[in-house]
Amino acid sequence: MTYVKPAFRHPALSQNDLGFTKKDYEGALSTLCGGCGHDSISGAITEACFEMSIAPHRLAKLSGIGCSSKTPTYFLGNSHGFNSVHGRMPSVATGASLANRDLIYLGVSGDGDSASIGMGQFVHAIRRHLNVVYIVMNNGCYGLTKGQDSATADIGSISKNGMNHFQAIDLAAMALELGATFVARSFSGDKTQLVPLIKAAISHHGFALIDVISPCVTFNNNTGSTKAYDYVREHITTAEVVDYVPPSEEITMGYAEGSSAELTLHDGSHLSLHKLAPDFDPRDKLSVVQRIYEARAKKEILTGLLYIEPGTPDLHDLVGTISTPLNQLGTADLCPGNDVLSEINRGLR
Amino acid sequence: MQPTDISNPEYFHKVVDCQYACPAHTPVPEYIRLIAAGRYTEAYMVNWESNVFPGVLGRTCDRPCEPACRRGRVDEEPVAICRLKRVAADNKGDVRAWMPEIPQVKNGKKIALVGGGPASLTVARDLAPLGYEIHLFDEQIAGGGMMRSQIPSFRLPDAVLDEEVNYILDMGIHAHFKTYVSSLRELLDKDYDAIFVGTGAPRGRDLDIPGREAGKANIHIGIEWLASVAFEHTHAIGKKVIVLGGGNTAMDCCRTSRRLGGESVKVVVRSPFAEMKASPWEKEDAMHEDIPILDNHVPKEFVVEGGRLIGMRFEKVIAVYDESGKRSLVPTGDPLEFIEADDVLIAIGQENSFPWIERDLGLEFDKWGMPVVSRATFQSTNAKVFFGGDAAFGPQNVITAVAHGHHAAVSIDLYCEGKDVHDRPSPRTNLVSQKMGIHEWIYDSQVVNDDRYKVPQAEKQVTLKDRKLEVELGFDFKTGFKEAQRCLNCDVQTVFHTSRCIECDACADICPTDCITFTENGEEDDLRTRLNAPANNLEQSLYVSDSLPQTRRVMIKDEDVCLHCGLCAERCPTAAWDMQKFLYSMSKSSQVCGVLQL
Repeated sequence: MTYVKPAFRHPALSQNDLGFTKKDYEGALSTLCGGCGHDSISGAITEACFEMSIAPHRLAKLSGIGCSSKTPTYFLGNSHGFNSVHGRMPSVATGASLANRDLIYLGVSGDGDSASIGMGQFVHAIRRHLNVVYIVMNNGCYGLTKGQDSATADIGSISKNGMNHFQAIDLAAMALELGATFVARSFSGDKTQLVPLIKAAISHHGFALIDVISPCVTFNNNTGSTKAYDYVREHITTAEVVDYVPPSEEITMGYAEGSSAELTLHDGSHLSLHKLAPDFDPRDKLSVVQRIYEARAKKEILTGLLYIEPGTPDLHDLVGTISTPLNQLGTADLCPGNDVLSEINRGLR
Repeated sequence: MQPTDISNPEYFHKVVDCQYACPAHTPVPEYIRLIAAGRYTEAYMVNWESNVFPGVLGRTCDRPCEPACRRGRVDEEPVAICRLKRVAADNKGDVRAWMPEIPQVKNGKKIALVGGGPASLTVARDLAPLGYEIHLFDEQIAGGGMMRSQIPSFRLPDAVLDEEVNYILDMGIHAHFKTYVSSLRELLDKDYDAIFVGTGAPRGRDLDIPGREAGKANIHIGIEWLASVAFEHTHAIGKKVIVLGGGNTAMDCCRTSRRLGGESVKVVVRSPFAEMKASPWEKEDAMHEDIPILDNHVPKEFVVEGGRLIGMRFEKVIAVYDESGKRSLVPTGDPLEFIEADDVLIAIGQENSFPWIERDLGLEFDKWGMPVVSRATFQSTNAKVFFGGDAAFGPQNVITAVAHGHHAAVSIDLYCEGKDVHDRPSPRTNLVSQKMGIHEWIYDSQVVNDDRYKVPQAEKQVTLKDRKLEVELGFDFKTGFKEAQRCLNCDVQTVFHTSRCIECDACADICPTDCITFTENGEEDDLRTRLNAPANNLEQSLYVSDSLPQTRRVMIKDEDVCLHCGLCAERCPTAAWDMQKFLYSMSKSSQVCGVLQL
């Protein structure tokens, strides 16, 4: 690696509401293979955060181990970051969120990190309604260890190592089963879809999963692979089109009556959902499950916002944590003194 | 939009902004890389092949390349292209070995060149290697034309000029100096197969206002005065000098005056400072030598007292612009301003003059007294007579004269061969991949952040005492290298192979200047608004691919601020992008040296 990214940028770069340009949301130059889907997802995250005018210091990136988990270095270089243990990102995210509920938490994981070694962590973070954006960069293989099939590789999919004989774990369907209130699937090669989904996920209060199919150019972009660029493009289908409208703007898009629905999210932003199938509604879990199974049977890759349930409580609401971040509590709050301790002890007698 | 036809050499030629802007299309990035590599001789020859006078131009060029330089669009200032050329000239080794051989046996064709300036010398250089017998006529004692008579020695030492003029004269040119051609008819009656007129714009414009006649002993025409200084007829000027005019000749006049005894030298110009014709750096150099530039002053009168010039009166004006941007100079109403002067130099423009061309030779002149000359072939309406340099279309500059010379030489060669002068040879081009290995390119792809380096100058106290002492010292090796590294290598082209693209977005994501977009095709006006970054520079092309294999979208690359850093090709998993060096050599009558590997 001998190349560096030049410091010059386009002279007409636009600024967001905070006066930042996209450069302020970039990270270090990627060390992943050129053409890796993960880099596109990094680009989409950069774009979403820039357009949402998120102050970089208000966001924390959390990740485990793997190609996917390296990516937080390559975006949002001015934000907080924690590169944790393999599969343990959800625990670290839980701790961080409990300690400081004021930050935006962006968990970045991969199919190995979430569907294999970290599966236990993944499922419990969902059922606890952790308020986190959880992006899985899903390439169906272990790219960092030479491309062995991962647990999300489709049955019958062929990688450079041969055919996979085992059933794939569908992370989106699993999240739905575990009570996630925002479930989406997308494709690294479609930023027009991915960027609004990331924005919606950030605006969503609660656990938001985006399972992003992200081809591994080096080990899993061959003929016969169901996670290759060309295969995904041939089999992709969209559940519905989502427009993200920030809190400050009015909804002005006009679509045929009955085909669109509007949702208001926790932070005041809106989503316009434009349905492409009459019997599908991302607010109706039954229709979603049916659609997912139908797509699976037809070998379609169903993308878009699959399920959303706004206005539900998150972990903080459920366990009744204090609204002040812990780092802002003083000694008097944290050590209320002997009297209070005695009072508690009395109650236990 | 239709897919871009990159097989048309003009497409990539236009991407190399500096080379495209250079009238002689000097392959600028190519010689700058050679300078960075310390290969000064080759760098010199790449220049020499195109612009014939690298040493002269590296000091005096009007630099049309620098405003065009892409770096100026992303950084504060462009690359110091002109002064890098001088680095090559200053540090070169023996270049004669690289020069073309002149055939002992001639081709039997005889050419006359009238005038010994850059245009004629270029024609001579291009035709001599083909075996032409060339006769050059000039009224002065040595060749070089206006480069000798009008450019002062403190900007262009005689030794530099002599060397480069002699490279050409030594090609067996029959130079007839101190020979004024007084009749084109006589020349046509001799046995020349073709005649080239490169007589420049020899007449300085005069200023006919009151007092001009009475004060004439101390009122001089700028270019005539400069020539008189250059040929050592004039050695002194009064202590107080007014120079009228705002072009580069005015700057040369005022700075020369400072060296010939002028203590209080002022440049007085009608137009506002910002609109003066002089190059910004020449204005800076004049002001550095304590010469004030008084703008918005219209000369009204030469004031003569006791038969002697004592000064001039000026009317103060302000520039007013109408809706179409047309300027008029409106008097402020202040009383006329008197400025003292012992001598006045008039440098308000030059004109052509052809008293030696009879008007019944089938050579047409237009209503302004200019010969009718084809801009494509430089042929006049007398098929045997060709024009170039300032003589062809009015005063311009050295590099334009050189370009004219190349074009005219092509025409003369075709004409002498009995071929159609419009059927011109194509430019010679080459396109070669720069890939060496993983993360390795033949060219230095990294973009440095350095600001433009300043050329050091000799101490003013010393240079003002000697009109022959060169002011600019030129870059040293180290600074020359650093400045050369600022070049973005725009000739290393981003070549896109549509069929290989898998639309992974790696190039679009990595591009530091957001040049690359994958989108639905459309009309150009529409496309320019929906790229990743606005493509507002309409002079710069959009590179459009064919429909892409997977999505049928297209790749659009806005050439405007591409840094040619190669990261798109570096990150491309399928080598759909490649960095390929594009060499372009404008059509010339002969390949004069082999340094350009085409």
